[in-house]
Amino acid sequence: MNMIVCIKQVTDPEAPPASFKIDPSSNKVVPPAGVSPVIDPYAEYAVEAALKLKDALGGKITAISLGTNQLRDIVKKPLAMGADELILLEDESFDGGDSWSTAYALAMTIKKLGEYDIIFCGREASDWNAGQVGSGIAEILGLPSITLAKKIDITDGKARVERVTDEGYEVIELSLPALITVSNEIGEPRYPTIKGIMAAKKKEPIIWKPADIGVEASQLGAAGRHTKLLKLFQPAREGKCEIIEGESPEEAAASLALKLRESKIL
Amino acid sequence: MAEYKGVMIFGEAAEGKLASIATELLGCGRKLADDLGQELSAVLVGSGISNLAQEAIAFGADKAYVVDNPLLKDYQTDSYVSVMEKVAGQVMPQVLLLGQTAIGRDLAPRLAFRLNTAASLGCLELAIDPQSKLLLQTKPVYGGNAQAVFTCQSYPQIVTVRAKAMAPLEPDKSRKGEVITIDAGLDPSAIRTKVLEKVAEKVEGIRLEDAEVIVSGGRGIGSAEGFQQLEELARMLKGAVGATRPPCDNEWVPAGAQIGLTGKIVAPDLYIAVALSGSSQHMSGCSGSKTIVAINKDPEANIFREARFGVVGDWKKALPAFTEKLKELLAG
Repeated sequence: MNMIVCIKQVTDPEAPPASFKIDPSSNKVVPPAGVSPVIDPYAEYAVEAALKLKDALGGKITAISLGTNQLRDIVKKPLAMGADELILLEDESFDGGDSWSTAYALAMTIKKLGEYDIIFCGREASDWNAGQVGSGIAEILGLPSITLAKKIDITDGKARVERVTDEGYEVIELSLPALITVSNEIGEPRYPTIKGIMAAKKKEPIIWKPADIGVEASQLGAAGRHTKLLKLFQPAREGKCEIIEGESPEEAAASLALKLRESKIL
Repeated sequence: MAEYKGVMIFGEAAEGKLASIATELLGCGRKLADDLGQELSAVLVGSGISNLAQEAIAFGADKAYVVDNPLLKDYQTDSYVSVMEKVAGQVMPQVLLLGQTAIGRDLAPRLAFRLNTAASLGCLELAIDPQSKLLLQTKPVYGGNAQAVFTCQSYPQIVTVRAKAMAPLEPDKSRKGEVITIDAGLDPSAIRTKVLEKVAEKVEGIRLEDAEVIVSGGRGIGSAEGFQQLEELARMLKGAVGATRPPCDNEWVPAGAQIGLTGKIVAPDLYIAVALSGSSQHMSGCSGSKTIVAINKDPEANIFREARFGVVGDWKKALPAFTEKLKELLAG
């Protein structure tokens, strides 16, 4: 099984909401002080999906990450979890992209790699929540795709994928190669082992520039966008919570019940 | 781009009728079409769905395009993208609205790439810019910590819209409209996937999306047994039980109970948040609730910035007392 996983470094989505700030003049998020970036949690589910198949069938996992200022200790996490190779698309021209320019760069990278059975992406990334890069890569490469996967089995060269739906899930069969986006229902990603962390430390990522994947700068990053970001803002919160006091939690809770009844909420 | 005209909605069906999201899209699409001074159309794709055309017209469409074919019984990426590519090529709408559903999330981006345009998923607000006449697409980003307004530089401008973000019009059965049939033109061999099985998770009692009261729990509940206490309260209030992501991932509750950006979007009259911190990712699924009430032991928890009333304390102590007192009050 030859697998590719697309990952991404993001601002930690688990950081306290109060630490989240926007610079309105640049329409950009101000990285919260003292909070280290992380691998996008949805991408970690994608890594986990690939590792589950590797556990069962063996094979090779190549992770690809696109961005600037990628911290080695952060983006090497898939290696520590059990992936075999890491390719970093690292160049200023990749900056400021949207789903289009990102999917294009990743698709061209995958094309250059050539051999693959499954490409995994997270269902969306936790920063822009666009949810399009996976489908975009599949369309550019002409591959069948399944989004929102929660379980993947391979038998006789075919994939059986459980896809999350609004009512439950559906089981879909498709032949490989294919692209699959992974949802959190796949289960918690594994923690890197000490052995994995040591191996990742020694492993050097492969760094590719636009010329390495045969792409013009005009198709990348901000220049390759199809969408325009007009405004980024934090919605106003009313923030007038009335804390119901009491001698004990039991007493406060009973007063809360009374309050809801009196204000005719219940 | 001059030849592109009109607003189109992709109308999903549910139990032989238009799904509620489709009627919401028609309500929103009607306003956008009127602002542009253009037509609103609905596209209905499936097998045995022709009867939905009149319903779409009653809910505000000027035209209904029907693509009815046995091969379209189940949603499959290849077949639906191919059909919508054909419809978009024939009708050439400026704006295409889909629901932020399991189908819309899959169809919208792949179709956008096929048509060499772009999509925005999970929009909360849509408007026509008075100057440029482009669609202003407002959607939550950074897990709901922020919102972004996008425009798309190419036609059709494709978006998915979140459930309950838009209001449907009152249906008017006397409304007249044109029904146009479009041939699916499908090559079965081009459909590379096969749906083997569809599994509906059992829902006991009221569906989350329909509930007027929701009792929701977070990581702090700690176990499936803990959630039974939330169920007891929900039953008493004729409501439903929801959860943040960790209880679903830990299988204390079914995955279908997840409320949030990647789960269900709810807007009940009363949302009782128990032992959940109120992460942006979760709140963006329930912030439309009329009243939010929180029980949490951490006075600094974000949920107290979102709630109308709160109790600071251990839920294991507070919740039984709350349930008991309510029982007494509601009986009297």
